[in-house]
Amino acid sequence: MMSRVQKKLTKTIESRTDNLLQVREFVLGAARAFGFSEEEASKIVLAVDEACTNVIKHAYHYATDRTIQIVVEPNKDRFQVTVIDDGKAFNPSSVKLPDLKQHLTHYRRGGLGIYLMKSLMDKVEYKYSPGKKNEVRLIKYLSPSTSNART
Amino acid sequence: MADFKVHQRDGEGVSVIDLKGYLDAHTAPDLENAFQRLMTDRKYNIVVNCKDLSYISSAGLGVFMAFIEDVRKNKGDIKLTNMTPKVYNVFDLLGFPILYEIYKDEQEAISRFRDQKRS
Repeated sequence: MMSRVQKKLTKTIESRTDNLLQVREFVLGAARAFGFSEEEASKIVLAVDEACTNVIKHAYHYATDRTIQIVVEPNKDRFQVTVIDDGKAFNPSSVKLPDLKQHLTHYRRGGLGIYLMKSLMDKVEYKYSPGKKNEVRLIKYLSPSTSNART
Repeated sequence: MADFKVHQRDGEGVSVIDLKGYLDAHTAPDLENAFQRLMTDRKYNIVVNCKDLSYISSAGLGVFMAFIEDVRKNKGDIKLTNMTPKVYNVFDLLGFPILYEIYKDEQEAISRFRDQKRS
């Protein structure tokens, strides 16, 4: 299935939580234009929110004067959003994801964002190395079941 | 920015928290403060009405996680109601229905508190 809009888009924000709203609007517009259904577009929006929140929290420790770059790269049926920061290298895949039921019944609140990102997207990739930029790539594929095209 | 609002209504033995708008890492502290006030006032029977909640991220879900233990230790509960399917899906993905009672309607949750009090 071919998507409608294949243009690469970039947005740069300062590392403040009040900027999450504009990130969500930016990603929602791009995901809709690409051809995702409202439900799928909402999932991508939430995953990107979680990735940016992680950067603000873990890479920048709530410093508000740093930048986060969000790059949307549509390619055929593949929709990729990359969240880039130059803060402390944080590898979310090193976070152990315990059994969710056990996690919840022990009232643990950490790690929920990473779990959500993995559940909402088809693929989550990390590229990080100390002293360089960190990247989280969130990928979802457009298919008849995720598209907003009328049949 | 008025993108999130928390409003508290106190009924007979039950406090209802109405949520409106977008609950994310930016607005979660507002909800945290509301729960903190409830704890200070020793109000542990809590219904959270999500009718006008348009969006929730893990930062918002974390607030419920932060208080549920204290609330239950004090023989209370946090019951969630009136979620839109979009918001419910996020709770569901994280397995929250295992841990929280979720009702379609606020009145059902309030009645449940009253039934529990009687029994």
